[in-house]
Amino acid sequence: MTGQRRLPAWVLAVTGLVYFFLHAPMLVLVLFSFNDSKFSTEWSGFTLHWYTRLLEREDILDALQRSLLVGGASTIVSTVLGTLLAMGLARHRLAARTVLEGLVYVPVVTPEIVCGISLLLLFVAMGIPLGTFTVILAHVAFNISYVTVVVRARLEGMDRSLEEAALILGADEWTTFWRVTVPQLWPGILSGALLAFTMSFDDFVITSLVSGPGTSTLPIVVYGMVRKNIEPSINAISTIVLVVTTVLIYVSDRLTRAPKPS
Amino acid sequence: MSAAEPVGSEASWGGGSAPATPPPGGPRAPLDPPRARAPRPPPTLFMRARRRVFKALATRASAAGWAQIGPALTFLTVFFLVPLAMMFGASFMDRGTYGGIEWAFTLAHYQRFMDPLYLTILARTVAWSVGATLFCLLVGYPVAWALANAGRWKNVLVFFVIVPLWTSFLVRTFAMIFLMRDSGLINTALLAMGLIDEPLELLYTPGAVMAGLVYGFLPFMVLPIYTSLEKLDPTLLEAAEVLGARPAARFWRVIWPLSLPGVAAGSLLTFIPALGSYLTSDLLGGAKQMMIGNLVQNQFTTARNWPFGAAASFVVMSGVLVAVTLYLRMRDRAPGGGL
Repeated sequence: MTGQRRLPAWVLAVTGLVYFFLHAPMLVLVLFSFNDSKFSTEWSGFTLHWYTRLLEREDILDALQRSLLVGGASTIVSTVLGTLLAMGLARHRLAARTVLEGLVYVPVVTPEIVCGISLLLLFVAMGIPLGTFTVILAHVAFNISYVTVVVRARLEGMDRSLEEAALILGADEWTTFWRVTVPQLWPGILSGALLAFTMSFDDFVITSLVSGPGTSTLPIVVYGMVRKNIEPSINAISTIVLVVTTVLIYVSDRLTRAPKPS
Repeated sequence: MSAAEPVGSEASWGGGSAPATPPPGGPRAPLDPPRARAPRPPPTLFMRARRRVFKALATRASAAGWAQIGPALTFLTVFFLVPLAMMFGASFMDRGTYGGIEWAFTLAHYQRFMDPLYLTILARTVAWSVGATLFCLLVGYPVAWALANAGRWKNVLVFFVIVPLWTSFLVRTFAMIFLMRDSGLINTALLAMGLIDEPLELLYTPGAVMAGLVYGFLPFMVLPIYTSLEKLDPTLLEAAEVLGARPAARFWRVIWPLSLPGVAAGSLLTFIPALGSYLTSDLLGGAKQMMIGNLVQNQFTTARNWPFGAAASFVVMSGVLVAVTLYLRMRDRAPGGGL
């Protein structure tokens, strides 16, 4: 539908309101992160105080570090596993394929709270102490499927004749994979990895259930701050999160839209 | 790697052991079974050998396939399916004296849902999830329609529907608190304008939770509908117009049926997180507006009744199952096919 039909006024009005509703709350948050008042509802001048304050807080820096570690580790593992799964499903006719494909969607449709609780049960039953390691395991568990879905979408739109050509011209499977398949698939893999990292970095519900004492990630510290609701430092964190997220999506968006290398 | 390797892997891509329609030419040709089947000659030694090679290659390719999916499959089984199965089992066990689980079969935890207290939570959860989904559909559909017809603004507009989807849910929920709390922006503004004398109680109300759910999950509704509307062939609309269909008829008899796959996918993607939502009701609803996700969390932390929490989780999962089943039925019936 690229036709330039005139849209009815009410459609435009609803759309405008929806965009306002989706973005105004975050913009207000950003605006007040620069507000020089502890009680944060009346504007009393510009400041960067709330940002510099973040750097003084040990707990936030510590949690940020852990979030980056968990995000990095779980992204690498889930991207490798998820990409392989996508390739296996797309390229090989396997027995019980429908069941396998269904399995990929189980983590996507399982509510976070259910996923978190069941993992908690598993870790307790297996006697694995809760901590950074269990958080990474949990994040890999919920990220694999998302990577698989993203990479598969790319695989499906990929021109297979290049690989066939490479094989016919005598390249072995390994060379073909690294020099033909991966370069073509790369944008899909990267955007899958970005998605995985974002989800890991943002996750609160599952992390709060499977992290032990003293192993808080950033969202857990933020949750504590939201609950106590005291100072505009949360606004500052929120602003940073929003900016980083927007940049990441922009990159991912460019990657998935990039023309296929010829 | 042997020289025969590429042939084997190609055979597996082409669709396994029965290459009914062999592509013309290529190095595969010598491996294809004879096309003319009518007078089948007795298999020669060469043919049998050939068949054996083919079979070996096919097995090997499928072994490569299993090797590719194996690690992820194992991980998902150990850290997703097994925990879910354990939880299902736990929901039929007795509660231990000091928390934990005792091995004894019981249906008591499911029966407990007949208690009005829990029935209320259950009914509230279903009502709000369905309500939020319907509301998202109502306002999301026009937005999707506008996006599909946005011309050169399309990419930018779609981008700004995706951004909230990726932005930390916790942060976005905080944004709602920031607006709605007693000293929040809405109350401050209304007080300043003299429209109210004391702050309105916005937070910790059903309205706050509903606003949070819609705010959180609306993009999930817009994007799939947009995808199916975008695929809609404009000539169908022209045909309907030429044949004299009024706008209402054009919508209900052409556009709506063809957008059903998107509507189904969007509704599923909105309903499931709403049904299992925890943060929204926790932060915007408080203790008075508990949803089933909060009940689950509560049983595993403060109340320490794990089997009951597990049973509550499976009530959520059965809701998910119903939603997925409805989705699959709707998708299969839709004239436009799946997304």
